Amino acid sequence: MTVESTAARKTTRGGGKRATAKKASPAKKKAVAPAPAEAEQDQLVQLLTPEGERVEHPEYSIDLSAEELRGLYRDMVLTRRFDAEATTLQRQGELGLWASLLGQEAAQIGSGRALRDDDYVFPTYREHGVAWCRGVDPTNLLGMFRGVNNGGWDPNSNNFHLYTIVIGSQTLHATGYAMGVQKDGADSAVIAYFGDGASSQGDVAESFTFSAVYNAPVVFFCQNNQWAISEPTEKQTRVPLYQRARGYGFPGVRVDGNDVLACLAVTKAALERARSGEGPTLVEAFTYRMGAHTTSDDPSRYRRDEEREAWEAKDPILRLRTYLLNEGFADQAYLDSVEEESEALGKRVREVVRAMPDPDNMAIFENIYADGHALVDEERAQFAAYQASFVDAEEN
Amino acid sequence: MAVFEKITLSKAINESLRASMEADPKVLVMGEDVGKLGGVFRVTDGLQKDFGEERVIDTPLAESGIVGTAIGMALRGYRPVVEIQFDGFVFPAYDQIVTQLAKMHARALGKVKVPVVIRIPYGGGIGAVEHHSESPEALFAHVAGLKCVSPSNASDAYWMMRQAIESDDPVIYFEPKRRYHDKGRLDTEAIPDPLHKARVAQTGTDLTLAAYGPMVKVCLDAAKVAAEEGKSVEVLDLRTISPIDFDAVQASVERTRRLVIVHEAPVFLGTGSEIAARITERCFYHLEAPVLRVGGFHAPYPPSRLEDEYLPGLDRVLDAVDRALAY
Repeated sequence: MTVESTAARKTTRGGGKRATAKKASPAKKKAVAPAPAEAEQDQLVQLLTPEGERVEHPEYSIDLSAEELRGLYRDMVLTRRFDAEATTLQRQGELGLWASLLGQEAAQIGSGRALRDDDYVFPTYREHGVAWCRGVDPTNLLGMFRGVNNGGWDPNSNNFHLYTIVIGSQTLHATGYAMGVQKDGADSAVIAYFGDGASSQGDVAESFTFSAVYNAPVVFFCQNNQWAISEPTEKQTRVPLYQRARGYGFPGVRVDGNDVLACLAVTKAALERARSGEGPTLVEAFTYRMGAHTTSDDPSRYRRDEEREAWEAKDPILRLRTYLLNEGFADQAYLDSVEEESEALGKRVREVVRAMPDPDNMAIFENIYADGHALVDEERAQFAAYQASFVDAEEN
Repeated sequence: MAVFEKITLSKAINESLRASMEADPKVLVMGEDVGKLGGVFRVTDGLQKDFGEERVIDTPLAESGIVGTAIGMALRGYRPVVEIQFDGFVFPAYDQIVTQLAKMHARALGKVKVPVVIRIPYGGGIGAVEHHSESPEALFAHVAGLKCVSPSNASDAYWMMRQAIESDDPVIYFEPKRRYHDKGRLDTEAIPDPLHKARVAQTGTDLTLAAYGPMVKVCLDAAKVAAEEGKSVEVLDLRTISPIDFDAVQASVERTRRLVIVHEAPVFLGTGSEIAARITERCFYHLEAPVLRVGGFHAPYPPSRLEDEYLPGLDRVLDAVDRALAY
C-alpha cells in the first residue's frame, strides 16, 4: 500500500513542467499547509527539462559554452561507464561489493564541476562522479571495494576526502574542516555529500547546528535518491528535506537532481554564498537510485518496476544529449568519440582491477599510528616470526 | 616561572594548555563551557580571555559534533584539544572516536594525521550524581588507533598533556577528577619522561602494586601502611593505558614476584585483566602468586552514598596485598 502510493506520487512530481513557477504561490496563503507534493513541485529548481528543453529560473541561471556543455556530457557518460564496469567486475568476483551511482550522474557531475580546486569534498561511498570531477583516478576508488585497502588515496592530492561508510559521519568532518578554513581566513568552501537516509542521523543534525552557529563555509549536498536501501524517504522525514535547513537558520533549496545544469548552478551559488561569509546552504538534489543500493541488494523485494520506469524518462544523460544535438552544440561524431573513450576507460579499469595485487600480510600492522605503538610493534614481530616459522619448516 | 612548588593538578593542565597554545598557533581548545566559564572544573580558566574565542571555542552541547568537527579541523591542520565534560557523557561521541578518529590514519594509508586530544575528567569519589563518576578507559584502550593516558600528579599532568598535544596520533587523556585539587611540584623546564612509559613511584621488594590516575595515591598510601607491617611494596604508576608499558611491569614483577593491579573501572575485562594475562605469559616462572586485581564491580556505578564501598580503598588494596603474599 505504501509502495503503491509512493509510486503514484513520484510519477507526478519533479516532472519539470513547473520549473519557472514563482516561489510565492497563492497556495501558501491558505490556512492549511499545502500537500507536500504540491509544495515540492513549486520549489524544484530546473534548467533543463527531461525532454531536453532549456528553461529559465528566476533565481538561478547558467551560461555555458558549447565546450563546457560537452564536457558535462562527457563526464556523465564516462562516470556511468566506469560505474557499469565496476558492477560487472563485482559480478565477476573481482570486487567484493559495489555501490552504483546509476541515475545520480547529474547530481554528482553538476555539483562536482561547481567546485574550485581549493574547495574540499567530504563524500559518502557513492560519489564516484564527484571523484571523477576532482581528478581522482577511478581505479583508486575500487581498492576498498576489492578489499585491498580501506580507502587508499591521498585526500589532500585532490581535496577529496576518503569515502565514509558510517552514514552521515562525514558531515561533521566537513563542518570542522570548514571551521578551519574560516580560521585560516581562506575563501575556499567545503561540500559534504550525504543521502536521504543519512538525513535521519544525529551527526547530520549536529553538523547543521555547528555550521549554522559558526557560520561555517560548507554546502550540504543531499542526494535524495528516494531510497535508503529498502526504506523510502517517507520513512525518514515528514517534510521535504530541504526545508529542514530553515529550522537551523540557513537556506535550503531543492534542485532537479537529474538536471546537470541546475545542479551546477545551484551548487555554484551555494558555494559562492559560503565563500562570501554567508554560511551554510542545504541543497537537496531530487534524484533516483536507478540500481540497487549495492550489488548485495535486491530492490525487487521492496519497489515496483513502474517507479523506476517513470524515472528512466528523466534520465540525466539522455536529456543533455537531446539538448546538445537539438541546439547543435554537439554532433553524432562527438557522441561517438565519447562512447569510444568510455569503452577505453572500461577496458583500463578492468585491466587495472584484475592486476591489483593483494596487500602484503604485514600491511595489517601498517599506519595504525603515526608515532608508533609498543603493542603493535610486539604483535607485528610475533606475527612475522610465526609466519617465518612456516618458511623454516619448508626449508627443512 | 619555571618552577611551581605547589600547583594543583587542574592548574597544571591549565598551564600545559597555555604553554601548548603559546608554542603552536594551531592548538585549539574546544568543548562545552570551556570558554567564558573556564570549564565546569575550571581547567581551561582564563584561556579564552588570553587566546580569544577563535582558539578557545565554546561549542554547542553535542559531543559527537564536538569530536566530529575536531576531526575536520585536524584534517585542516589544526590540533584541537577537546573537553568532554564528564566521563559518562562521552558516549554520543563514541561513534566518531571509534569509527572515524581511530581509523582515519590507517584508512588513508598514513597520508593524513588526526592529532586530536580528548580530555575526559573521569572516576568517582566526589559524591556526584549518576554518569559523573565513571571510568570508561578500557572501552577506548581496546580500540586500535587510539592512545590512552592518565596522569596521577601535577607534573605528569602538565608534561603528558604537552606530549599528547604534540603527538600526531589521537590521544584520550583521562583526568583523575578527584585529584584535581591535589598539589604537587612542577618544573616546566625539566626533561620529562616519554609519554608512554610507566614510572616506579615507590620502590619495594615483596610485591608490585600497579595503578594509574586516581588510584596511584591509594596505592602509595597502602604501601606506607604495608611498610609499617614489615612488607615492602613497590608502586608502579602506569601513566599510559594504551600502549601499556608491559616492559616496566615485567621488570618490576621479576624483582618482586607478585603483582596486584588497582583501578576504579570494573575488574571484568578491564586494564588489569590484560596486564594479568600478559604478565602471566611473560613472568610465569617468576610469579609466586596469581596476579590479582582490585577494582569496580560488574555493576552500574552506584549512588554516591555507596561509592566508598564500590571504589578500591586502602583496605581493599591491603586485602589483596595480604592475599597475594599468603601464597
